[in-house]
Amino acid sequence: MTEKPKRNKSSIQRRLIPSYVFLIIWSFFSVFPLYWMITAATNTTVEVARGKIWFGTAAVENFRNLLAAQPLWKSMGNSFLYAIAQTLLCLFICSLAGFGFELYADKAKDRLFAFLLLAMMIPGVATMIPLFVLISRMGLLNSVWGFILPQVSTPFMIMMFRNNSRNFPPAIMEAARIDGQTEVGIFFKQYMPIMRSTYAAAAVITFMNAWNAYLWPKVVMTDNRAQTMPMLIANLASGYTIDYGMLMMGVLFCSVPTMVVFFVLQKQFAEGITGSVK
Amino acid sequence: MSYPRCMSFGGRESVKTSRNSVKAKQRRWGWAFLIPATVMIIVMSFYPMVQALITSFKKGPILNMQMADPWYNNYTRILQDKIFITAMKNTFLYLIIQVPIMLILAMLLAQILNNKDLKFKGIFRTMVFLPCATSLVSYALIFKSLFATQGLINSVLRSLHIISENINWLGTAGTAKFVIIFALIWRWTGYNMVFYLAGLQNIDYQVYEAAKIDGASAWKTFWRITVPLLKPVIVMTFIMSINGTLQLFDESVNLTNGGPANATITMSHYIYNMSFGQGVGKFGYASAMSFVVFIMVGVLAAINMKVGDTRD
Repeated sequence: MTEKPKRNKSSIQRRLIPSYVFLIIWSFFSVFPLYWMITAATNTTVEVARGKIWFGTAAVENFRNLLAAQPLWKSMGNSFLYAIAQTLLCLFICSLAGFGFELYADKAKDRLFAFLLLAMMIPGVATMIPLFVLISRMGLLNSVWGFILPQVSTPFMIMMFRNNSRNFPPAIMEAARIDGQTEVGIFFKQYMPIMRSTYAAAAVITFMNAWNAYLWPKVVMTDNRAQTMPMLIANLASGYTIDYGMLMMGVLFCSVPTMVVFFVLQKQFAEGITGSVK
Repeated sequence: MSYPRCMSFGGRESVKTSRNSVKAKQRRWGWAFLIPATVMIIVMSFYPMVQALITSFKKGPILNMQMADPWYNNYTRILQDKIFITAMKNTFLYLIIQVPIMLILAMLLAQILNNKDLKFKGIFRTMVFLPCATSLVSYALIFKSLFATQGLINSVLRSLHIISENINWLGTAGTAKFVIIFALIWRWTGYNMVFYLAGLQNIDYQVYEAAKIDGASAWKTFWRITVPLLKPVIVMTFIMSINGTLQLFDESVNLTNGGPANATITMSHYIYNMSFGQGVGKFGYASAMSFVVFIMVGVLAAINMKVGDTRD
């Protein structure tokens, strides 16, 4: 009996060999395109076409070509501005709603909640044309407001905050009220600090979505100077001849912010994706 | 001894009313917190949806639209539009082939990663999850470059002597569809895996131990224990995947540009081209098509929820 667990351990690992093999193959499959993107950004288009998969010396040249071809810094700035503005406003509006729906719950509010969730079924492509008309009538084409307004209140985020608000102890509400705090004060001074992990997960997911958005910016950003990074790299690839080294340098710039967020806040990212299922 | 004043009948009543007014005030604040989110969803989702329906019965330039004649003309046009029918077929091809393969692989990966004896779990999980960090346009362009005629895939296949001449992957309808499916699997498998893994981690390990003691095979355990317990999550991933597939846009635009000759175009891409594509501006017709997509999303989600209903 005492011998058995030890032997079991190595035999368990032996039985896991197919799992390891599968995971290694899949990991290679997952990582390789991104690795290749980074190496290609350092090679000339001829080297890329020749099938080189190691780092080269053309990074500076690709970078210069990229700067000459597209307003890189302007687009990076736009993308950061839109994504951060959307994240801040979306988190505020949706957490306020999640707070209201869960901690002041009654039948009427639940009905409103179910009604708002119906918006999940609406495809972006269906509202694109009327939204374009609406935003252009408001004079918000090519502006940060034009980018963010359709996305500042989403059923997904409201649901995420509502579901996570179940962990917020109602006793804190009562205690704060006895202390004479207002309802608004409770939201800012009690709810926000206690729910910070939910805010972090929601921030990561909103930032990623805003940074990666493509269809709506393509509709609403008619001016080249207002374009986002995904639009910029799509432009790089739309010509007849493509400079692959320069293109991958652009893709790299578009990917770095989301990659950094991913590696630093991976846990929050996973929580954000699965956030509304609880 | 007399009772303190507040304990008297009148006093108690006034405490009650003041408490009631406090309650009423709290209720009012409860509603006030919902106003911004509700207003924004109504203005930015429901109102445009109604507008899209109205627009779908109209024709003419965006700022001066008139009723179509007959009013359902845009809808009858859809039935004769070969490109839209191709786009619909493409979408269903992706639904039938790509979605099941991706979800099965995601489940398999989640199962493997949930094994408590597995080593290097964190590293493997990160690598499987990594493609989710790339934007849709980025990965579409990466795959476009990898599968270019002069691209890496062809040179590897040539040096392995699997092919003698470069394949024009994106220039042929069949292979272009294959590349899109391949790229979609790359991008989304890890994403769905995260849902399954989160679901699996909620299942008590003792349930599996008990099944093992009862002599249940791994296959049986999976179908009898894991799948029923994960049913809500599985239904959700199906709904999300169907929703995403029906709305495919970035990949179609950037990977193949709908080509060759609209063979790989998706519904969203075609609707975009019809409305915002250069010199087209058929907003009425595009709205009618977008409403068809909306109905498809709704019907498929409803079917899915019916199938996945856990109540017997």
